[in-house]
Amino acid sequence: MTSGRPAPGGASAAPSSRTVHVRAEVLSRKKVGRYHHLTLVAPGVAERHRPGTFVAVSVGGPDSARLARRAFWVLRARPAGAYGGTVELLVAERGAGTRWLTTLAPGATVPLTGPLGRPFALPREAVACTLVGHSEGVAALQSLAERLKERGCTVHVVLAAADEAGLYGALEARRAARTVQVVTEDGSVGLRGRLPDLLPGLLEAQAPDVVYAAGPTAVLHAAAAAAEQRGAWSQVALTGPMPCATGHCLGCAVPVVGEDAVARSVRACVDGPVLRGDRVRWDAWGAPA
Amino acid sequence: MSASAPSSASPGPPVDLAVTLGGTRLTNPVLTAAGCVRLGRDLEQLLDLPALGAYVTPTVTLHPVTGPPGRRVVESPSGFVHATGLAGPGLSGFLATELPWLAARSVRTIVSVAAASLGEYAELARHIAAAPGVTGVEVRLGPPGAAALGLHRSDEPYHAAKVLATVRRELPSGALLLAKLAPLPGRVGEFARACADAGADGVTVADAAEALALDPTTLRPALGSGARDVPHAGLSGPALHPIALRCVWEAHAAVPTLPVVGCGGVASAADALAMIAAGATAVQVGSSVFADPTTPARVLAGLADLVSGHGATAVAGLVGYAHRPEHAPARTLATPTEGPEGVRR
Repeated sequence: MTSGRPAPGGASAAPSSRTVHVRAEVLSRKKVGRYHHLTLVAPGVAERHRPGTFVAVSVGGPDSARLARRAFWVLRARPAGAYGGTVELLVAERGAGTRWLTTLAPGATVPLTGPLGRPFALPREAVACTLVGHSEGVAALQSLAERLKERGCTVHVVLAAADEAGLYGALEARRAARTVQVVTEDGSVGLRGRLPDLLPGLLEAQAPDVVYAAGPTAVLHAAAAAAEQRGAWSQVALTGPMPCATGHCLGCAVPVVGEDAVARSVRACVDGPVLRGDRVRWDAWGAPA
Repeated sequence: MSASAPSSASPGPPVDLAVTLGGTRLTNPVLTAAGCVRLGRDLEQLLDLPALGAYVTPTVTLHPVTGPPGRRVVESPSGFVHATGLAGPGLSGFLATELPWLAARSVRTIVSVAAASLGEYAELARHIAAAPGVTGVEVRLGPPGAAALGLHRSDEPYHAAKVLATVRRELPSGALLLAKLAPLPGRVGEFARACADAGADGVTVADAAEALALDPTTLRPALGSGARDVPHAGLSGPALHPIALRCVWEAHAAVPTLPVVGCGGVASAADALAMIAAGATAVQVGSSVFADPTTPARVLAGLADLVSGHGATAVAGLVGYAHRPEHAPARTLATPTEGPEGVRR
């Protein structure tokens, strides 16, 4: 089996394409808490990135038996730098594939497709927004916070994780956010508890018009429900396995209800990953997060 | 394939990639496999469907199918175990949305179909035959879990023949009719013969293999709702390639005059050429698209070099090469005496 070998550093699609497939080169890797912060040279990806879009990476090397792609939020995209366009990913070890990624040395290359999916919808007016990020879902929100601040929005950030080692980005969040609230399940830092229990109270104080959320399905559901209760809009960024991440395999089906009130199933990778929280049929979602 | 095929010393004339399936001429032998490539504007340029020999659609059923709840695809060694339940918009949805998209881009389109009865097959074929922009139909005779999905059973060659005869009757004379068989080494030959006799222009060999994936935590089926019933899961990907190759060999050996379309784990031009040497006139690229969306383009781009590297001037000249006596040099396979497919001048 020969997996994808696009030209080194070269985009294999025309510049007008929204998505490119490149061989991305590892520029640096460093451990941050429980995560690995990976910087990849991926020409053409950073230019096209919008907050909420993601990239798919092949793992295991050119002769790998692991064919499913691994999807990652783009923590930061730098279109032009000394090394060409770079993207930064936050990798949590969740299995053999992600573990392999965290062993890559600078100079190694991985096939990378991106950016993929539909970005967060941004408010037209300067409204109050709460960004809820759990574990590595935080990576989806950093560039969003900056974009919202540029638009004059008031940004509140809620960062959550199981424990302190799972927290990421509290310092970076302070740059764009008016308030940053940290929540850990074990109480090692910040508020102690689970987001589904704490979010209603936090939103009461922050009074957002829009709630953005990224993290496990339970967190997204809680954010959508808390927003709905307050009459706020919600935008949830779906995570979970996306075996192809390009819309072909139907492996990431999400039950939704359309504008026409008809229940249907959409693909998280191409119809999402960002969906309106009130459109997801949370109760019908049997897929493990 | 045989290592004794002579390599050409210098770059020869351009390689002729055109192939003929029944009466249908394709500009090249690289097709997509049913259900593995879905349309979408963002990825159009990574896939370039009009450049391929043909696009085989996701399987179209008479009525819309939502597909099962829960997980539908899991990774397995060198492959995927999947149970999407032929999810799709149904015949009218397909005719209203996907087919016009394909026709507008001049994509050569083969419509994959599956049905619950001979009557449904006839109805599907009748409507698809009347739609503009359709090159042919591929009948799925043995998708994984056919019974659980309520599909017409084609357990025996006799059943397959009845389905093909039914569909053939509804198609115009020039339309391409392919039969996609289950990967059953030892039985593929008799199915191929029955399909040929019933009017098929070729057989696609093979579908995904019946498979099972268990969740390591729950020790229940990993796909679908985790119910005790064996779900209709299939295995696809490079793990299936040697079995599919064997099936292609058997189909070609059984009915040498019947075109075979090789399908199963093709991830590179070398995999495609192996299928061709085993007897395939064309190949389908399926779940390898999940791992690398540029796979069809990559297979197509690499094929011409491989063909000329084996001393042939036309890909059609290497069809069934592995069945021929060792001493037959590949170059002679492309001479006019070998039949119209190998002719270059």
